[in-house]
Amino acid sequence: MAEPKEVWITGIGLLSSLGEGLDAHWEALAAKRVNVDEQRIAPYVIHPIAPVSFDAQIPKKGDQRQMEMWQRIGTYAAGLALDSAGVKGNQEILSRMDMIIAAGGGERDLTVDLAIMNADAQGNLPSGAINEKLMNELRPTLFLAQLSNLRAGNIAIVHGVCGTSRTFMGEEASSIDAARNAVARIGAGQSDIALVGAAHNGDRGDLLMLYQFGGFSLKDRYVPVWARKDKPGFAIGSAGAFLVMESREHAEARGAKPYAKLTKVVADLARRKESGALTRSLEAMWPQLGVNDEHPVLITGATGAEPATAEERAFLSEHPGLAVRATGTTFGHLVEAQFPLGLALAALSISRGALYPANDPTGFEVEKAGAPTQIVVMGAGHYQGEGMALVEAVK
Amino acid sequence: MTAPRDKFGRPIVVVTGMGIVTSLGAGKTDNWKRLTAGESGIKTVTRFPIDGMKTTMAGAVDFVTVDPFSSTSLSERLAVMATEEALEQSAIGSKGDFPGPLFLAVAPIETEWPQRLEVARAVETKDFGLVEYLAACGSGKFTSFHRRFTFGSVALHLAETFGTKGSPISLSTACASGATAIQLGVEAIRRGEADAALCIATDGSVNPEAMVRFSLLSALSTQNDPPQSASKPFSKNRDGFVMAEGAGALVLESYDAAMGRGATILGVVAGCGELTDSFHRTRSSPDGKPAIGCVRKTRADAGMEPNQIDHINAHGTSTPENDKMEYLATAAVFGEHTPNIPVSSNKSMVGHTISAAGAVEAIFSLLTLEHQRIPPTINYEVPDPAIPFDVVGNKARDARVTAVMSNSFGFGGQNASLILTREPA
Repeated sequence: MAEPKEVWITGIGLLSSLGEGLDAHWEALAAKRVNVDEQRIAPYVIHPIAPVSFDAQIPKKGDQRQMEMWQRIGTYAAGLALDSAGVKGNQEILSRMDMIIAAGGGERDLTVDLAIMNADAQGNLPSGAINEKLMNELRPTLFLAQLSNLRAGNIAIVHGVCGTSRTFMGEEASSIDAARNAVARIGAGQSDIALVGAAHNGDRGDLLMLYQFGGFSLKDRYVPVWARKDKPGFAIGSAGAFLVMESREHAEARGAKPYAKLTKVVADLARRKESGALTRSLEAMWPQLGVNDEHPVLITGATGAEPATAEERAFLSEHPGLAVRATGTTFGHLVEAQFPLGLALAALSISRGALYPANDPTGFEVEKAGAPTQIVVMGAGHYQGEGMALVEAVK
Repeated sequence: MTAPRDKFGRPIVVVTGMGIVTSLGAGKTDNWKRLTAGESGIKTVTRFPIDGMKTTMAGAVDFVTVDPFSSTSLSERLAVMATEEALEQSAIGSKGDFPGPLFLAVAPIETEWPQRLEVARAVETKDFGLVEYLAACGSGKFTSFHRRFTFGSVALHLAETFGTKGSPISLSTACASGATAIQLGVEAIRRGEADAALCIATDGSVNPEAMVRFSLLSALSTQNDPPQSASKPFSKNRDGFVMAEGAGALVLESYDAAMGRGATILGVVAGCGELTDSFHRTRSSPDGKPAIGCVRKTRADAGMEPNQIDHINAHGTSTPENDKMEYLATAAVFGEHTPNIPVSSNKSMVGHTISAAGAVEAIFSLLTLEHQRIPPTINYEVPDPAIPFDVVGNKARDARVTAVMSNSFGFGGQNASLILTREPA
């Protein structure tokens, strides 16, 4: 096999509970700002999306109406990434740009759902009545705002990204695999340039239901990820995080500047029924990355859910000297979007020649002096799936 | 001697195992017999009440039961059945130890109505709202619903059952999902990243809400009586697709690896192609350009000329728009060779297996190559003059078939095509 091609991150698009764009995020991280809402769906803690006018990236109101929030956030952030890479509106490039997107499903109509559920609970839902209610009360195009692959569909429609389009599913692991697949394809010459990312809307009762089944929600009061030991769980967050990845040759040929390079992405499916399996999986992945910085940085998507976070912490404790940042403290848990957010913050930090300050009252996160040259991005799903990536400065 | 490669110097990707479940039955033997006999698996739905539905039939797989029922559990079960058959045929690895990655096409997952209502009945207050309902969700009685209705749950079960390697990839590209799963496997083998890949596509989506959703988009046929006549691809009086369930599993291997272990080669995935349509969420571009581009890319990927394709296993959903667009795209790419290509749609008999369709139809394409017999498009009584394909209408046709193109086009502008051949080119 030929040596894999170098993969550069040449575009970053971020929209989150903190705001939009790279400068706004850099400033908010420096100020240790957190946008959290303990009231809206109390006792469940969420991080709502920052106020944004979607017109800037989704100019047609008709397009906005066809989407639910999870799709708007993603389509918006994808547009920011294309702008940042300098390829927005470049038909020649967009028509052959590959898209690998991680997604769950879209918002349900909770008013309709709750009416049906109440009717049933009170014994007022005769057999077959559910069909009629759904037929009469669901908005016909709601389905298109729910289908997992329709975020990619909307990005194609709004921004014209039309090479190939693949939507991966499966919570946290789906975006680790999206990045892994993109790096593999670009590395092997199967793709020159790809848009990779995910988005998540934390203001969603239907998502809370799924996570509440497993008792994973953070309740009552916001606390940073590393301080949740006695009250584990996650607050679902809101963000779109998209990256433009391309081969070094392709970027150089069009004069694009890299934020960083994405050297390696590895992923695993630890058998988590066995205690310690996640820690062992992380240990096994670490040497595959090629970390040689004496004081490396690690940005983790640690959820705060247990036992995953304790197992992750056990791994981190074996690597003293790491400057750790948990994105969950600031952004909440973004599920599919957590890993792309980590990649985005890693590339941003490398391009700005500094790591943003720790925001951790427990002291587990330490400050990092000087410019980071290697940042490891880690993701361990709240329930399954884990992986790591190495983001490095371009030499 | 250097390893056998295709004309672009890439490892050749072969199929060494196939398994299938559709509304026609379980396994290749039954499916092929009934498919070539022109039998339909479409029936009036009996799984749930059909009161108030505009469409009342589907190609549901009723001979497989899961308890408690959920579309996700049925999808998982169908995938297991198809995979067991594929692995037995391939004889690769050992039980519970498949030597490669898993690529799984699966419908988007969410909590389903029976489970949603079960929770509702456990809510302590009357006239409850979201927060009271959430409290019931978190009572600890429903942890199995979290395990069941996370998007990664089917892949987790399959990866553990069959011992695939690495992080399994679950994907959705709507009606093209099955083809995309195969494509991901082909790419991994061509990269030299894997010698074998397990590509599975499954769909058990015949449930009330899924039918309502497609119905509200006016995508489904409403010609309910008789149900087996509803799916009529390429006919003038076609009026929509018929939802169906099924699963297809394929073991892909590099030619080298397959030969090295003395495996029987069932066929070759000679080419894959994909091109996104950005015209509309459900409709395809009126000029057909994206579909044309998709077919062209596939042909280029296989390094084949139009006259080397001697059968098209069409997407052929039986919706007014798809079938017309598929003809336009085919005619644009194949030009004067178009009338020489026999075309057929398996969906006339098995219905549209949605997320599974690309894999189910790839398997039928490979069986067509094996048996040198093209399955019919049934219900072809009133040909649409706007679609002058050589449709293999109503009766199977014996033919010399060396290369089949299998198309998949889906909502969200998803277009994917495969070219399958009997022997390495």
